[in-house]
Amino acid sequence: MDQSLRSLRFRLEREATWERLEQLLHQAERRSAQALSDEDMLAIPALYRATLSSLSVARATSLDQALVDYLEALSARAYFFVYGARTTLAERVLDFFVRSWPRAVQAMWRETLAAALVTGAGLAAAYFLVRSDPSYFFSFVPESLAGGRDPTATTEALRATLYAANDSRTPLGVFAAFLFTHNAQISLFAFALGIAFCLPSVLLIAYNGCTLGAMLAVFDARGLAFPFAGWILVHGVTELFAIMLAGAAGIRIGWAVAFPGTYSRLQAAERSGREGGVAMLGVVIMLFVAGILEGFARQLVLQDGVRLAIAAASALVWFSYFYFPRRWSA
Amino acid sequence: MSAIASDSVADSRVRSLVTPEGVDLRVRLATASERAGALLIDLALLVATLIGFTFLVIAAFSAARVNGGGEAIAIIWLLGAFLLRNFYFTAFECSARGATPGKRLMGIRVAARNGGALSADRIIARNAIRELELYLPIGFLFAGAQDVGAIVVLCGIVWCAIFMFFPLFNRDRLRLGDVVAGTWVLKTPKRTLLPDMAHHSENPSFRFTEAQLDKYGVKELHVLEAVLRDYDSESMRLVAERIRAKIDWRRPAREEDPAFLRAYYAALRRRLEQKLLFGVRKRDKHDNV
Repeated sequence: MDQSLRSLRFRLEREATWERLEQLLHQAERRSAQALSDEDMLAIPALYRATLSSLSVARATSLDQALVDYLEALSARAYFFVYGARTTLAERVLDFFVRSWPRAVQAMWRETLAAALVTGAGLAAAYFLVRSDPSYFFSFVPESLAGGRDPTATTEALRATLYAANDSRTPLGVFAAFLFTHNAQISLFAFALGIAFCLPSVLLIAYNGCTLGAMLAVFDARGLAFPFAGWILVHGVTELFAIMLAGAAGIRIGWAVAFPGTYSRLQAAERSGREGGVAMLGVVIMLFVAGILEGFARQLVLQDGVRLAIAAASALVWFSYFYFPRRWSA
Repeated sequence: MSAIASDSVADSRVRSLVTPEGVDLRVRLATASERAGALLIDLALLVATLIGFTFLVIAAFSAARVNGGGEAIAIIWLLGAFLLRNFYFTAFECSARGATPGKRLMGIRVAARNGGALSADRIIARNAIRELELYLPIGFLFAGAQDVGAIVVLCGIVWCAIFMFFPLFNRDRLRLGDVVAGTWVLKTPKRTLLPDMAHHSENPSFRFTEAQLDKYGVKELHVLEAVLRDYDSESMRLVAERIRAKIDWRRPAREEDPAFLRAYYAALRRRLEQKLLFGVRKRDKHDNV
């Protein structure tokens, strides 16, 4: 035995450690980390370090290429396992709601403000255009989306759309689910578009404002502005806020790529992108809430005052949740 | 020779990833073709799941029509399709393997570029960008001519192509989602521990002189290792002839090529590893140290 190669003896001595690590990793990846016993779980980091030191030794002393390749692959696999996120799902969810979501939203307050201004500008432009010449309406709102709420409709018909208790053809829940998936898809799109130097995101949220402004103009012309506000704001506070946040996250990425400041362009994109990812998950949640409000609350609550109260309450909840000053513990 | 050539090509994809313990893992980037393959597998799975899911929902719908449970089923379909489209990639990449089924089959995974933990926000960000890189181009391909003009569709496709082919134009094969999330896609080859070719190979009936063992370096040793592992009789015969000629080995009668190669491999490795211990690495046969 002593006559055999030094690197061969080295391998025979350590082989068992590597194989044990490989087998534990296989178990952990196949099922989940919870499937391992505490003892095995604790063994992995130690085995990982032993394997890593084997790799260093093998690189320096062994010329068996297959052995070095094997140890490199095994070490990398173990590395990703050992240094991967080891938090439980519950911890992650809690951390998301308590810390990362509001923090991400707070960090992009400038972009959110810009998105709000762009929405407002779109709203005002479309409002005045449609008021001066109602034929502009169809440039902003496709006929399929308007659903009869256009300048040619009678006042009574318009009023009826605001208080239609329940369209019997589509059940409420289905309507809510459809609205949620549709809006969430649009906002994810607005976020993704941001990477092309903000512009597409800005256009998308401006267009969103335009649609709203054109509708407002139609209802205001018949003196229905107040009921319309109640009708739209029940869910609109949540929905518009969510879409603005999605646009803001997109703008932030585009801005970071265009003007990276002291960071490299790649670093800047990464920083804004990770925050954006958190914000987007939040946006999807907000749109889910908006879908429920739109599908249920709006169809079941028919008084303007109560509708506006719900709108005000939701605005208060979101604003205090996001912007209430707090100290972030590390 | 081909083994050597492929080594040098692969080296341009090696990136250093230094662990907190200070060891460089020398990870390899996934190739564009591997990633495209993984994506196609994932898309096929996605579409198949969606079709299966739809049939399941339709079956449940027709069964539930009597009880009026259709509404719940429609909601389930809408939400299910949404989750599938947007969170298929995210959910799989959040697992310990950091890979979707397609990536797993291709032997690649997602990792954070800074070597840290692959957190959920990175995964969400990298997959939200798919909207732009993947679903938008698909949308353009199926855009009806009645909606917009052909020129607009064409411009859209060209614009999308910039995003789709972005990975081909940067060193680290990053797609836009990777740029934004600070991730990259690495190879995670599953290697089994192969037997050591020097094990039981040293044979006292072969005696090589130092001069005979100094003819070759590490590079040739690795080629010889690959030849021995392949165990292809024709290539072994050719290699054995080359080595015998190079080291002036007089072949005794009835000497088998594999036995000769194994013995020479073991002896050469012993010699080179001894030198290695003294800090001398003879890279190849042209390296005169």
